[in-house]
This record gives sequence, C-alpha cells and structure tokens, in this order.
Amino acid sequence: MQPLELSAVDLVTAIRRGEASAVQVAEAFLGRIEKANGSINAFLHIDREAALARAADIDARRKAGKPLGALAGLPVAVKDALCTSDQPTTCASKMLAGFRPPYDAHVVAKLRQADAVLVGKTNMDEFAMGGSNENSAFGAVHNPWDLTRAPGGSSGGSAACVAADMAPAAIGSDTGGSIRQPAGLCGITGLKPTYGRVSRRGLVAFASSLDQIGPMTRSAADCALLMETIAGHDPGDATCLTDEVPRYTEMLEKPLTGLRIGRVAEHFGPGLDPEVAHGVEEAFAAFKAAGATIHDVELPHAKYGIATYYLVAPCEASSNLARYDGAHYGHRAEPGRGHRTSAGPTGEFESPLVEMYCRSRAEGFGPEVKRRIMLGTYALSAGYYDAFYAKALRVRRLIRQDYLDAFAQVDLIGGPVSPTPAFPLGEKTSDPLAMYLVDMYTVGTNLAGIGGISFPCGFTKGGLPIGFQLQGPALSEPLLLRAADRYQKLTDWHTRRPKLAT
Amino acid sequence: MALTRQDVAKVGLLARLALSGDDVERMTGELTKIVGFVSQLEQLDTNDVAPLAHPLDTQNVFRADEPKPSLTTAEALQSAPRHDGSCFLVPAVLGDSGAA
Repeated sequence: MQPLELSAVDLVTAIRRGEASAVQVAEAFLGRIEKANGSINAFLHIDREAALARAADIDARRKAGKPLGALAGLPVAVKDALCTSDQPTTCASKMLAGFRPPYDAHVVAKLRQADAVLVGKTNMDEFAMGGSNENSAFGAVHNPWDLTRAPGGSSGGSAACVAADMAPAAIGSDTGGSIRQPAGLCGITGLKPTYGRVSRRGLVAFASSLDQIGPMTRSAADCALLMETIAGHDPGDATCLTDEVPRYTEMLEKPLTGLRIGRVAEHFGPGLDPEVAHGVEEAFAAFKAAGATIHDVELPHAKYGIATYYLVAPCEASSNLARYDGAHYGHRAEPGRGHRTSAGPTGEFESPLVEMYCRSRAEGFGPEVKRRIMLGTYALSAGYYDAFYAKALRVRRLIRQDYLDAFAQVDLIGGPVSPTPAFPLGEKTSDPLAMYLVDMYTVGTNLAGIGGISFPCGFTKGGLPIGFQLQGPALSEPLLLRAADRYQKLTDWHTRRPKLAT
Repeated sequence: MALTRQDVAKVGLLARLALSGDDVERMTGELTKIVGFVSQLEQLDTNDVAPLAHPLDTQNVFRADEPKPSLTTAEALQSAPRHDGSCFLVPAVLGDSGAA
C-alpha cells in the first residue's frame, strides 16, 4: 500500500480496517515533507514528534477496540491562520513570530476530536492578504508544478502541500478567493463554504464579514469528508449558522441530469488567458455530457467586485488588525532600537505609548498588510466614510442581489477560477493593483456570502493546471460537492501529480 | 483623487504605523492609484440601495447568560512582551518619558 497515492477517504478506510496503521501513514507523509518541503516551502512549522505520538495513540486505541473519530489517522495540514495551542501560530507575519495561542481554533479542536493527525502549519500570505503567497514574512511558496511560479494565495502553502503529496488534506481560509484560487493554480480541489457554515473562532481575523474556513484536498469526495467534521454550529462564533450539517459524503452519487448551470458571458472577456478559456469551455461540455444544461446568466455588477472588495476587506482589516499593539502579544519595538521614524503631519508621536504602538506595528507588519491597513483607515476616516465604505456596502448589496436573481434561473454558476494559470514568482509584486485583479472571479462569492468550489479542468500546453469554479446559493455545499464529484468521476485531471525532483 | 503626503502621514498616525519619509513617498503614489481604482464605484447610482454590512440576515444572537471559565491570568499574559504577573506593562500613556 502506498499511502501517498490514496485519497483521504481511502486512507481513513484503510486505517479503520487495519490495512494500514496510522503511524505508517504519518511516516509516509512526514517523509515526503522532509524530501519536498525544502524546494516548496509549504510548511512554516512541522510537528513530527507530536504527529507520530498522536498516530501511535490512534493505533493503540484501534487495537484495544476503542471508538475512533471520523478522520482517525488522517494527516491534515492547517493554514497558519488558525490557532493551535501546541504549535506556533504566526499568520506568516513577523508580528506573530513565535506566538503560541492560549487555545485551539474551533476547527482545530474538531479535527483533534475526529482523531485527525495534525502534521504542521502551512505558509500563507501575511495575515491572508495576497494572491501569490509572496507576502509571507518567511519566504514565498513555490508551485509544485513549476517551482519558478507562484502557488496562488493566500492559502498557498495548503494548496502546494496537497499538490505535492505532503498531506492528503489541508485546511485553508478564503476571504476573497484564498482557498479557490491557490487550489486552481495548484491543480487541487478547494471548497469555500457558505459564510457561517464553519466556525471562525480561532481563525485570525482578516475581514470578518468575508472570512470563511474550508477544506483543500485532491478531490470533492475528500472535501465532503472533511466538511462533515469541520462544519456546524459553534456558540463561540455568533455568525456561525445553526443549520444541521448534512451527510455530504452520502449525497455525491445522484446523477447531474437536469442540473442547470449558469454561464456568465463577461467571464470570457478581455484578460482571460485563451488556454484557461479553452479548459473552462471543455468543462462546460463535460457537464453537458453528464446531463446538465448550460444557460446564459448575468451578474451585471460583477465588474465592480474587485473595487467593492478592496474597500470592504481593508476597512474590516484595519479594524481587526488594530489588536496588534505590542502590548498584549506579538512583536514590540524596544525603546531606543532602530532608527527614529516620523508619524503624523508634524512628525511627532502623541505619547511614549503611541510611539511604541506605531513602531511595533511598523516593524512587525509587511508592506501589503500596511498598505491595506492604510487604505482601510483612510476609507473609514472622517469625511471619506460615506464616499468609500458606505458606498462599497451599497454596491455589495447589488452584487448579492445579482446572485439571488441568477439563482432563480439556475442551480449553480460555472466559470474560471482565475484569469491566468500560475504566474511567475515576482511578476506582480511591484504592482499591488495587478495582484488584486487575480481575484476577479472569486471575490463575488465572499461578498454575497455564498459557496464556491474550485477543481482542476485541464492543463496548459506548458503543463500548468487550469481551474474551474462552481458557485452556488447559500448552503448549497451538497450540490457543489456532488457536481464536482460527478465531474471527477468522468475526468482524471484531479488525479494528475507534478513530477518533483526530490 | 490624489492623496497628498500630508494625508498619508495623518492616516499613518490614525493607523498607528510609524512611516519613514520613503514610506510616505511610496504610499502616497500607491494609495492614490488604488483609491483611483476603487472610485469607479461612483459610476453607480446607489441612492435607493441600503448598505449590506454582512451577508447573513441573522441578528442579535444571544447565548445563555451563564458564568463559565475563561482564560486564566497566566494564559492571558503568556505571550505578553512585558508584564508583571498580573498586568500588561506599557510605556507612559501621557507625557514624554517613563517607558515601562
């Protein structure tokens, strides 16, 4: 048995049946991490000893006939934006270097209860702000399909570690596309659940009305398996939905006959790479062959998505990140260290305390995080609030209404995840606005609070994965997962692996 | 809409970010470009549209008003850069000396 080649579903089954031990499986993936992580940099922290001890405990309990959780023995990598009480949690920021949270995120606790084996914390764009993973304070992640290219972001480490077989499953978070876009660029499957479907407690907050945690795996069936563990109500997150969690894994079989999939003409406008367009059209054809019907739908305000998102998200971020003050936890500037910098129109700080705040934050945050804090602070400041923040919230309602109107005509909306395949590292780092546009097809899902899934639908001539995105109404995860699973039963794009020199 | 260096310096203090002269210079250009881009929303007439701050219709979620354990003092202070065992220590809130 080759653990690295098995799906998460098959690994869990094999361990439950005793065909493989949890220790064997953990050793296989930890060995792979040892070989491959050096060139990919997907992990910020690897917990080899704890993972093996955990796996041994699961094997002992299985032998003793004790009950095991639904994910018993499954190695899972967790984005470093989720709090783990026994591992550092840095959000790939110098601000949180070495930070040990005093508690586990709800999703981390659920994974532990389900007997998953947490192998480590994955690299990301600092505070989840970015679309290439180049904003990490601890180095960029390299795309396993081409090490000179970006894996996407912000959950780039989670996407890359699954693509490179370093873990069969990973947890990501998605504020404007941060699960779906890296999944698309790395050739894996990623689900952004409906806002509130998964608890955000213990997820380091970026933009609280947009953030959502979700699974990143090789297949839709594996995403379904993880969702059964991580979804569900948590009294610790007041925005977490109370709706019952469906048995996603048992709802995948039904054929797609009669499924109505919407196609948005504007998705195929200027800016879309021709090879990506071709792959996406082929996927529509495959869905049609599987019994679905394709319908033209309109999202008239979608073209305002990026502008709306880059007001709403930075405004919320500037408020959320105010907590990093050098006083309670995280980086603190020491008095007299470093060069004196100016603040305020007169170049003066208001007091020694304010100076400590300003210098701690200047030293701890990277350039993109500072840019977004500045943009959000500006848009929320006196005289600009109505023109920027309130305006964006009004357009947000128009964008959500577009989706509600479209879903009156179709069950799901299909299209590209990203306008291009994985781009070269360094290509967009000097132009923040160009980087923002990589999210053009994904931000609408978050603004509307609905669900979306991304999965591979082909490869470019140069061997880079092409992603397909399906978006569905609130709580349509069973349908999103079923449609992606049916597609994956008819195609083999999701089974392809990068050839890594290790 | 072009931002000035004074705008950026003022926002820097509001955002509690110490900015060097170079930072202010660079951010003035970058933020002007980004603000120019997001200003395209002005094209839309939204007079009759209510703001949507949150995608869910859920409002006023209450939990049972029951005492339960929270973080201990030691846990709350475990990652503090400076503390005295019961309080976080910070530099002087007023005046210009007395760093903790």
